[in-house]
Amino acid sequence: MTAQEVRLCGLLLQEHFGEVVERIGTHLLRGGAQNLRTIANETNTPLDLVKKSLCVLVQHGACEFRSGRRGPGSPVEYRASCERVLRVLRYPRYIYTAKTLYGDTGELIVEEVLQRGHMTMSNTVKTVADRLTHNMEEGRSMEYSEVVSAFSKLVETHFLQRCPPVAEVGTAATSATPATPGTPAAPASTAPPTAESNPDCYKLPHVTLIGRGKRRRSSDDSEEQRGGKKAKMDSESCGDEGIYWQVNFERFHQHFRDQAIISAVASKMDQTSSEIVRTMLRMSEVTTTQTAAYTQPLSANEVFRSLPPNYSISRPILDQYLSLLVDDPMEFVGKSGDSGGGMYVVNLQRALANLARATLESVVQERFGSRSARIFRLLLRKRHLEQKQVEDFAMIPAKEAKDMLYTLLSENLVQLQEIPKTPDHAPSRTFYLYTVNQLPTARLLLQHCYKTVANLIERRLFETKENKRLLEKSQRIEAILASLQASGAEPEQLTEVEEMITAPERQQLEALRHHINKKKNPENHIVGFFMNLFVNYGGK
Amino acid sequence: MAGRGRGRGRGQMTFNLEDVGIGRGDSLPPTTFKPSPLFPPMPVQPVPLQTGEEVEYMLALKQELRAATKTLPFYIRRAAPKRDVDRYSDKYQSGEIKDSTIEWSPDWSRLPKELCIKVREQGKRPTPQVKRTKKPLVGKEEILTKLETLEKKEEAVNSEEEQDEEKKKTNEEEEQADEEDYEEDFEEDTDYIMSYFDNGEEFGGDSDDNMDEATY
Repeated sequence: MTAQEVRLCGLLLQEHFGEVVERIGTHLLRGGAQNLRTIANETNTPLDLVKKSLCVLVQHGACEFRSGRRGPGSPVEYRASCERVLRVLRYPRYIYTAKTLYGDTGELIVEEVLQRGHMTMSNTVKTVADRLTHNMEEGRSMEYSEVVSAFSKLVETHFLQRCPPVAEVGTAATSATPATPGTPAAPASTAPPTAESNPDCYKLPHVTLIGRGKRRRSSDDSEEQRGGKKAKMDSESCGDEGIYWQVNFERFHQHFRDQAIISAVASKMDQTSSEIVRTMLRMSEVTTTQTAAYTQPLSANEVFRSLPPNYSISRPILDQYLSLLVDDPMEFVGKSGDSGGGMYVVNLQRALANLARATLESVVQERFGSRSARIFRLLLRKRHLEQKQVEDFAMIPAKEAKDMLYTLLSENLVQLQEIPKTPDHAPSRTFYLYTVNQLPTARLLLQHCYKTVANLIERRLFETKENKRLLEKSQRIEAILASLQASGAEPEQLTEVEEMITAPERQQLEALRHHINKKKNPENHIVGFFMNLFVNYGGK
Repeated sequence: MAGRGRGRGRGQMTFNLEDVGIGRGDSLPPTTFKPSPLFPPMPVQPVPLQTGEEVEYMLALKQELRAATKTLPFYIRRAAPKRDVDRYSDKYQSGEIKDSTIEWSPDWSRLPKELCIKVREQGKRPTPQVKRTKKPLVGKEEILTKLETLEKKEEAVNSEEEQDEEKKKTNEEEEQADEEDYEEDFEEDTDYIMSYFDNGEEFGGDSDDNMDEATY
């Protein structure tokens, strides 16, 4: 929970939930677990607003509550989680992945669940069907059953999961009657239940949803109200009350990790080898736990059988490919035995570590030049080197090598390690070695990424505020144009309206839009994502 | 004796300079007298941004998400601060956001009890007469709530909340429904039903037609 992360979380909360939630959220992030009164007093916010914000945060999974630490009588404590808020940055990526895997229906389902935090299945199905119907032509509407099938596919592949059941905290504890059976006292020492601990985590409820999406017309407001009331009554009769679904972020991360490995193999070797690795990963999707260092061993026979039919390669060629993959210095695939034609595993942790290392090297190259990158790579491989050795191995003149080393040292990408020769660490009798620690350096880059994203968000907000007048004017012009076109105006009128924005204004507007749109560029995310994965795996 | 080495070439330091790499006769870069500039000129230009269909699509998604979250009920806005004087129309304009109500109805069983606040109804449904007369006018609560209509609206809501905390959990929903019913009427600050209210705009018009009767 570094300062940069908290700052970025604050900006994200402000954008999505408003300033009140931002204040409460950052206070919780900075201060750890607190109870309701403390939050209200320390942030000087009225109690009702604090309650509302906490409801929003809990709804979206950013905050958890548990009974107080001082025994069963103490008030409920709330704790916010930085990581969960930072995931908001990746929402478009999740939605896009769902689109590529399950089409528009899947995309809308994931988008709805992400926006609302968690939802029941019936609610999701209805909302998505309505949205799809809205986008279709007149007279057609979306069947609920199609949406239900997309939903069940998402659940089967574990992209959606049930929300964990909530322990009875602070609900029954306030009524002091000890004779109420059936409400077990929540032991204060247990961790809040995770989603995975629920055995029904991926079980669909037995609900039959029959119907079609309703097309909402803007003219029937009263009908919509009545329709809304009717929908509420329908959902009460659906029978899946209390079963809420949330997005399983870990599964998406697993998917991104697999994609990263496959694309790395494809760019390093060729398409066929990437297909082989993709097959191996697909086969071990369900058998591998999330933090496993490598997949379960697969025999070459199994891989051969499971290859996609359009990649029909013969058995000896497959063996050759596999041995090439094993011999590759990036160590994507390893051989763990010889039975069944050779047992192969995909080294997940090793592959991620190598990918992170490659990212580090490319960052150094882009920022400091290729010679500094050479020094950096040298240090990565040789671990500890003296100043003189660096010059010799890198084949760079002494003065320049010294300069580059000091630049890298000042940026904290390279560290100095002291090795004393004598028990009193006399400086004249101590070795000073340059070294690179991969994990702390990766963490450092990750924090840089967060800082960059936060700066970009602030810049975007600043630019939007500065040019508010211009943006509003262009919005109004567009609205006028649209309405004129809808009512079939003549071209002269249209051009007249368009000319209301002068040319320099238009240019300025275009540049502004360009800047605003390009903020929060995805590159940061790719880098940040790798670093995040790598750091979480705690690998070397 | 002390300070013998001072002033000769570079100062003596506790470690050997050559080990770190500063050889004899090398000149060090000039010392700096102020902190480094806030926006130093960049020696290399950054790599251009990624473009492509995927990236454009994700950018569009991001913009849509940002716009959509502003309209969802999860976007909490503070209630507008009270104006200096209570206006008469405040009683009849109830469409504004209040601090004490929440715009969406979460599943209260998944939240701790202390977070429970009144859910704001979207568009009040007029309570039928029958329902009201069926409720027995039982002593304490009714008198209390009637007394409190003389005070301001916020205090009325606060006292409801206090009463909430006193009652047991099982009675809570009933009472909330009760108080909501009572509050609907009391928000109008009259004993009359809203639809019967005539705000007197057409008062002046009618009297011009019947000039037979004398106007007093």
